[in-house]
Amino acid sequence: METIIKNAVMLFVVLTLCTGAAYPLAVTVVSQQLFPVQANGSLLEKNGQVAGSMELAQDFTSDRYFHCRPSAAGDGGYDAANSAASNLGPTSRQLIDRVAQDTVRYRVYNGLSADAVVPADAVTASGSGLDPDISLKNAQLQANRVAAARGMSREMVLAVLAACSEHPVLGILGEDKVNVLRLNLALDQK
Amino acid sequence: MIKDIVLYLLWFSIVVFAAKFFGSYLYRVFEKEGTWLDPVLCPIEKIIYRFSGISPQQDMSWKRYAGSLVVFQIVGLLVVFFIELWQAGLPLNPAKETAIPWDLALNTAVSFITNTNWQAYGGESTMSYFTQMAALGVQNFLSAATGMAVAIVLMRGIAWHSKHTVGNYWVDMVRGTLWILLPISCVFALLFVQQGVLQNFSPYVTAATLDGGTQTIAMGPVASQEAIKLLGTNGGGFFNANSAHPFENPTALTNLWQVFLIFLLPVSLLFMFGRMVKDARQGYTIMAAMSVLFFIFLGGIYFNESSGNPYLAALGISGPTALEGQEVRFGLGGSSLFSAVTTAASCGAVNSMLDSYMPLSGMIAMLQIMLGEVVFGGVGAGFYGMLVFVVLTVFIVGLMVGRTPEYLGKKIEPYEMKMVVIAVLLPALAILFGSGLATCTATGVDALHNQGPHGLSEILYAYSSAAGNNGSAFAGLNANTLFYNLTLAAAMLVGRFGVIIPVLALAGSLVEKKSAPDSSGTFQTHGAIFAALLCCIVLLVGALTFFPALALGPIAEHFVLQLQTILY
Repeated sequence: METIIKNAVMLFVVLTLCTGAAYPLAVTVVSQQLFPVQANGSLLEKNGQVAGSMELAQDFTSDRYFHCRPSAAGDGGYDAANSAASNLGPTSRQLIDRVAQDTVRYRVYNGLSADAVVPADAVTASGSGLDPDISLKNAQLQANRVAAARGMSREMVLAVLAACSEHPVLGILGEDKVNVLRLNLALDQK
Repeated sequence: MIKDIVLYLLWFSIVVFAAKFFGSYLYRVFEKEGTWLDPVLCPIEKIIYRFSGISPQQDMSWKRYAGSLVVFQIVGLLVVFFIELWQAGLPLNPAKETAIPWDLALNTAVSFITNTNWQAYGGESTMSYFTQMAALGVQNFLSAATGMAVAIVLMRGIAWHSKHTVGNYWVDMVRGTLWILLPISCVFALLFVQQGVLQNFSPYVTAATLDGGTQTIAMGPVASQEAIKLLGTNGGGFFNANSAHPFENPTALTNLWQVFLIFLLPVSLLFMFGRMVKDARQGYTIMAAMSVLFFIFLGGIYFNESSGNPYLAALGISGPTALEGQEVRFGLGGSSLFSAVTTAASCGAVNSMLDSYMPLSGMIAMLQIMLGEVVFGGVGAGFYGMLVFVVLTVFIVGLMVGRTPEYLGKKIEPYEMKMVVIAVLLPALAILFGSGLATCTATGVDALHNQGPHGLSEILYAYSSAAGNNGSAFAGLNANTLFYNLTLAAAMLVGRFGVIIPVLALAGSLVEKKSAPDSSGTFQTHGAIFAALLCCIVLLVGALTFFPALALGPIAEHFVLQLQTILY
């Protein structure tokens, strides 16, 4: 018994050093050399200040920007230090009411008819609350409003959208989508 | 749809192809037949043994093996527990996380030593970098290595004969960690970083967003944790949102790698088993049974998710109406695949929130756990879990044809059957007893996030996940209460050691037996008939045990949803 305890404690110490110290430190050193941008969160800098991460959703509220999906992360949504989903089940009144309200608001906000079909991603909260992407359909429906707010033509906004869109690799891997932050940055640079 | 099916088949072929290669690698590692990493690792291995006072040549009886295993887990439990309690004063805590309350710390410590990785906390708002790395990350390796060691002991029990020892626990742990888990994790951690997963020790960043707001962005050494989280079928996310978080799982490609890593070792172990018993067909047969079950379950989840939520469809919403809790970059295909894989294996990482899944897809996820996670299953745990069902099948067939049951030349006698029955019943008991207790106490019910049948599903899922050592959740349930922290910790312990110890005893008994040669009356344990029987036994045991509970939860909710009469 005594030997077992001694073996266990000593082995635990060594294996902790290998897997809990040497391994993460080695991965950090190598990845900071090879992929410094990604390893540090793909941060976007604007005028010398961090303006967000290209990987994460942020809260866009004004008319001139495309909006991200609804978020349940943190109290006000889009909290990148408190990722979370709504966790509402399919028969939850809270879920159905929220989606119904958001659907009406989305139609009014984007100048759509009262029976216009709304893409699911525009009114459902994502798993992380930080989903950086929206579907192309969702973006197209927002294009009129964004174009009007910017005094740009709809065609020009759609052209920027097309340039930022991503499609499945080889037709099988991935989805048709656009990264909202990248899209909004591209518009700002026009 | 066709796109997703093509992707599934392609992915599964890659898993099997890679596992064939790794299966023979695993065999060489544990049989010490020499691998290309030996020149680097053998000297390190020697130093480790000398430092720890271990004599690697000394094989252990099953009892000594089990004793060493338990003592090692207790050391791990204490270390994780105290690091959590004291994390405020320990280094690498830029976000100034405070000490963890004792009940949550205990629940988390049990959770990580049992390979469950149930998380009653949000990672980025609770755990310091030090705790994540030196406490939780370490257990991701050690609990996976332990599972693998137990699986290999069972293989030895079957393959060896007339012996009294089953191997050396310390050696199995060191070899599993150094030769298998660490190298694969290193490679995939770097691949993950390339795709956008974090790996730094920076303090949280405050950003001034484009639209005039501010956003605090959590940082940390994520990629190193991510790789082993999946490879070791642990599933404990660095962030609260787990693999749904773009910093853990940024692209469709990383999503595919993640599900690949979850299945890699469980499938490899089947190939290794074939080599150990010198009959590859034995491994293939079990693999065939698992594959059939897996594709049935995957298809079920995919179908139910694509059918969507009729309540939402009625509001004039197009596209996948079950998208609540899912991410656009994974879509229906990537989300369904991940959920099927993570609950088939006892991983428990999630890339979409199961609480918001359609009732029957949530049920399939839960059912896979209830069946004992024998559809490929966790690293090692899936293999020995399924072998328990194999022995059960052999026994039942033996009764039907009226012969003494045998498996690969070993007679199955009352002692073996006792161990098998304990290993099958204890986790089931923990699930049903725990859920029953929670539903009839106020503290249990107060924690619910959803009402109606879905509320029962939240409770059932929690105890299934704990007893099955899965770790995924219907995460709406507020499980960070004294009641849930303690009862779920108990369920995790029962689900882990209530299976491991009978399995070691089974191996210890089998290894002592002589190997009888096949006779004309021996029931063959390879081929389609046996695979089909095995599937039936697994489903039958699960259905008989859990159908009543499932009928009151997800099945009832399914009808509520289809009839669209009530909302909760």
